[in-house]
Amino acid sequence: MRKIIGIILLCIIAWGIFMSLAKIPFGKSESKVGNYYVEEGRRETGATNIVTSVVVGYRAFDTLGEVTVLFLAAIGLGAVLATLKDKSRAVIEDASLILITGCKFLFPLILLFGAYVFIHGHLTPGGGFQGGAVVASGFLLAYLGCRGDRISKVGSAIFESLGGLTFVVIGMIGLAIGSRYFLSNFLPKSQLNTLFSAGIIPIIYIAIGFKVGSELSGIIDQMMEES
Amino acid sequence: MAFLQDYIYYIGAFGLVFIGLFIMLTKHNLIKVIIGLSILETGVNLFLISVGYITNGTAPIFSKPGLNVREMVDPVPQALVLTAIVIGLAVLALVLALSIRLYKHFGTLDLRKIKELKW
Repeated sequence: MRKIIGIILLCIIAWGIFMSLAKIPFGKSESKVGNYYVEEGRRETGATNIVTSVVVGYRAFDTLGEVTVLFLAAIGLGAVLATLKDKSRAVIEDASLILITGCKFLFPLILLFGAYVFIHGHLTPGGGFQGGAVVASGFLLAYLGCRGDRISKVGSAIFESLGGLTFVVIGMIGLAIGSRYFLSNFLPKSQLNTLFSAGIIPIIYIAIGFKVGSELSGIIDQMMEES
Repeated sequence: MAFLQDYIYYIGAFGLVFIGLFIMLTKHNLIKVIIGLSILETGVNLFLISVGYITNGTAPIFSKPGLNVREMVDPVPQALVLTAIVIGLAVLALVLALSIRLYKHFGTLDLRKIKELKW
């Protein structure tokens, strides 16, 4: 009975969406904002990856809000899970030698790859969020492979706070000495397609990478503690 | 048939959205409902990306010389979807934490057995 009602409901929604989308041509984006970003983005922000120049250049304030939402989720997760009464830890079996060796071999390589992704965020596909997720996946491997090792809560909190602080402080400096608006690009943009270009964009993306990496590792840590 | 070819991205994206909605409407297990939410979110992200698509377009990255600006896809939906993915991850983590609490409190994840949450 419930399935039939669900299917009828979905059919009504699908009809509505079909009627509204059938008149929009596919494959032709006529967005003026998008065209402006693609044409002027390199000159105005110095980043060759236009998505990065939108995320950290034109809409950097929005990204600050996004980072805050992720931070709130990590805090909320801690608050929801911290008040649990029974912390009965199941006995963890030791991992085999092959597992531990492979995990110890792969862990630094994954961290290196994550750092590469967020340092080159303004040149290649990738950026702080993606690089942070790669770093956190390295920690997840360490939790699953080398069982028993845990990340230090203090260290993760320090990296997280430093990342957020760098973001806000650079924005404030831009407010003080740059073009007088929050997060304005006050550093020289230098030559296109080199590592040290695009002004504050790589610095902010590295800060976001550290923040996201430590936050996601903290989430993984809390989830593993419960299971 | 030409319609199918033109709109195959929209059809795929909304197919995922409807699969997710159907799972959320009909399943009783909380974990399955969360899986449905995740599938729905993937469908919405795919739809947003395909709105900005240009036929035979390239990624909006000037990694080599000679790329035509007119052929680049719209970067704005991609930037917005980047935001949406991160927010979705945060929501997923929070929902899973709440379901751990629910399981510890009620001893079950079946929504019909959990009191005060009748559906």
